[in-house]
Amino acid sequence: MTNRFNLSRNRLLTLVFVMMSLLATPAVGNELLIRITEGADSAIPISVVPFSESGQMPAEEKVSRIIQNNLQMSGEFNPLPPEQMLSLPSEGSEVFFRDWRLLGQRYVLVGQVRNEGGTLQAQYELYDVSQEKRLVGATASAPASASRSLAHHISDRVYEAVTGVPGAFSTRLAYVTLERRADGPLYRLQVSDVDGKRARIRLESAEPILSPAWSPDGKKLAYVSFETGKPAIYVHELASGERQRVADFSGLNSAPAWSEDGGSLLMTLSKDGNAEIYRMNLANGDLKRLTNHWSIDTEPTYDHTGRGFFFTSDRSGGPQIYHKASDGAEPRRITFGSRYNARPRTDSTGDYVYYVHQREGAFNIARTNLKTGNETVLTRTESDESPSLSPNGRMLIYATESGQGSVLTVISAEGGAAYSLPASRGEVRDPAWSPIVR
Amino acid sequence: MKMTTPHKLVALIFAFGLMAGCSSTGDTMDQDGMEDGSGSETTSGQQGGSTVFGGDDGSGVSSSEMTDQQRREAEARAERAQEQAMREITTFYFDFDTSEIKQEARDVLVAHARFLQANPGQNVRIEGHADERGTKEYNLALGERRANAVQRFLVVNGAARGQTETVSYGEEKPAMMGSSESAWSQNRRVELMFQ
Repeated sequence: MTNRFNLSRNRLLTLVFVMMSLLATPAVGNELLIRITEGADSAIPISVVPFSESGQMPAEEKVSRIIQNNLQMSGEFNPLPPEQMLSLPSEGSEVFFRDWRLLGQRYVLVGQVRNEGGTLQAQYELYDVSQEKRLVGATASAPASASRSLAHHISDRVYEAVTGVPGAFSTRLAYVTLERRADGPLYRLQVSDVDGKRARIRLESAEPILSPAWSPDGKKLAYVSFETGKPAIYVHELASGERQRVADFSGLNSAPAWSEDGGSLLMTLSKDGNAEIYRMNLANGDLKRLTNHWSIDTEPTYDHTGRGFFFTSDRSGGPQIYHKASDGAEPRRITFGSRYNARPRTDSTGDYVYYVHQREGAFNIARTNLKTGNETVLTRTESDESPSLSPNGRMLIYATESGQGSVLTVISAEGGAAYSLPASRGEVRDPAWSPIVR
Repeated sequence: MKMTTPHKLVALIFAFGLMAGCSSTGDTMDQDGMEDGSGSETTSGQQGGSTVFGGDDGSGVSSSEMTDQQRREAEARAERAQEQAMREITTFYFDFDTSEIKQEARDVLVAHARFLQANPGQNVRIEGHADERGTKEYNLALGERRANAVQRFLVVNGAARGQTETVSYGEEKPAMMGSSESAWSQNRRVELMFQ
C-alpha cells in the first residue's frame, strides 16, 4: 500500500474513532419486543402458580410470571393462565393433586419469594401431578436488582427436571441492531437475555458490525467490525470492555469461530489471494492455513468433536457445506439438496448440521442429519439467515425479514415456531446464542 | 527580409497554438496561410484577426504537416473526451453469485486503467458489494471476489497494483433498499472511489 493510503487511512481512523463510542460501561440498549407466533401442539401442560411474596418486591415483572413466560417461549410447555387455576398454593402442603388433574395439568410449580435486606430469597417446589411426587424442592437467592436472573435460574431447573435437558433461560443473546438514520446508519452490538430483556450496548459504530461469536466461557465476543474502513476481527471482553484487534490483514478478516478451549479462532482471511480458512492461536497470533482452493472458503464452525470443522465453499460452482474431520483431512461435501447451502452451525451431539438453504428463490434454515444424510427445511419465511443453536440444542434462533426489516425468530430445533424478537427501533440481525455458563 | 529559421519555428508554434484553440476555423486559417505564403516576400502581422505569416518553400511543407497534426490532435481530443465521459461511469454490475465482468463494462474499465496509468499519483479504492440474498459472510467473500476481478482487470490494462486498494462490504451497503430483482441488481456491484 502506498504512503498516500496510509495517510488517509489514519485520518479516517481518527474520524471513525471519534464517531464510534466503545462502551466499557455498557449503555442500556433498546429492548427487543417479544411476539409469540406459535405454540407447539405437543406442549406440556404446566401450572406456574403465582409465588407468594413478602417484603418489598422489585418493580420488575414478578418472578413467577417470568418463569411462566420462559416456559411458554420454549415452545415445549403450555402454562395454564393463573386465572383458570382453582387454588393458588405456595407450598407443597397446599397442593391438591385432584384439582390439577381436573385441569389436565402434568406439572405444578409453587413457591415463595421474600426480600431479606435487598436479597431475594426464593423457595420453590415442582410436582409431578400424575405421580403425586415432588421432583424439585430448592431455594435460590439473588440481589433484588437481579430478579430476572433468579427467575431464569428457576426456569432452568424446572426445564431440566421435566425434559432431562439443561435449560438455556439464563443464557444470553448477542446480536447487531441497525438503525438507518438521516445522518447515516448506526450499528450496535448488543447483548440481552434470551427473552430480549436487559439489552446492553457493547459497541456502536457508523460502519458495519458482523458475525458476533461467543467464547466458550461466555466472557468474550469475537466479531467483525468495519470501523477502520475495512473488515477486521476483534476480541472483546464483556466485563471490562477491553478489546483487541486480532486480525487486520489485507483483504478479508471475517467469520470468527472459537475453539472449544477458547485458545484459538477459526477465521476467514484473504491475505494470500482469496478467501481461505485459518486458525489463529490467540496467545501468540500464529496462523495455520486449513483450506487451499481457488474458490471461496468461509464460515467455519467447529464440529462437536472440537477437532474438525464445517465450512462453506463454492468449489463445486455454488456455495455448499463441507466438513473437514481434521486439519489434514480431505473436505467432504455434506449438502446436495439445492444450489445454495451456506453458513453451517452444529449442535453439541453432532447429529445435525444447520445452515441457510435456498430452494425456489427463498432462503430458509434447513438441517441435515449427518448419519442418514436426510435434509429437512425448518422455516417457512423467505429471507432467513444466520442460524444459531441454543447451547442445549433444543432451540434455534435466526434472522428473517419482516415488514419493517430484519427480526430475530426463535424456533424449536425440530422446526415449530416459538417466538420472534423484533427490535423496538430499526433492524436486528446476526444473532449468536451464548454457551451455558455454570 | 527573410525570417531566420528560429523565427519561423516560433511563428509555426504560435500558429499551432491558435489552431488548437479554435479548431473550427482551422481551415480558413490554413487558406490564409497559403495565400500569404504565395508571396515571395514575407509580411508578418495581423490581418483581420488572423495571424499572418509568410515564407519560402518551407512554409508549404509546414502547412501540410499542420493538417496532419491537427487531425491527430482532434482525434486525440475526441478520444480523451470519450474516455473522460466513460470514466464518469464508476459503478459496475454483476449477475447473482458471479464475479464476471460484463462485456459493456470492459471499455469503461480500460479507460479507467489508462487514466490511472497516465496519472501515477492517482489512487483508487475498489469497493465490492453483493445483494442481500444469501449469507453475510459468503457475500463478504463474493464482494471481495468482484472487487478483485475489477482490480485484476485494471492492472492488466495498465494501472499499477499499488494504485489500487480493494474492500468488500458484502451485503452491508446496498445502493438501493428493497427486496426486488430491480433493487438486487443495483446492489450486486463494484464501485470505484478515486482518491
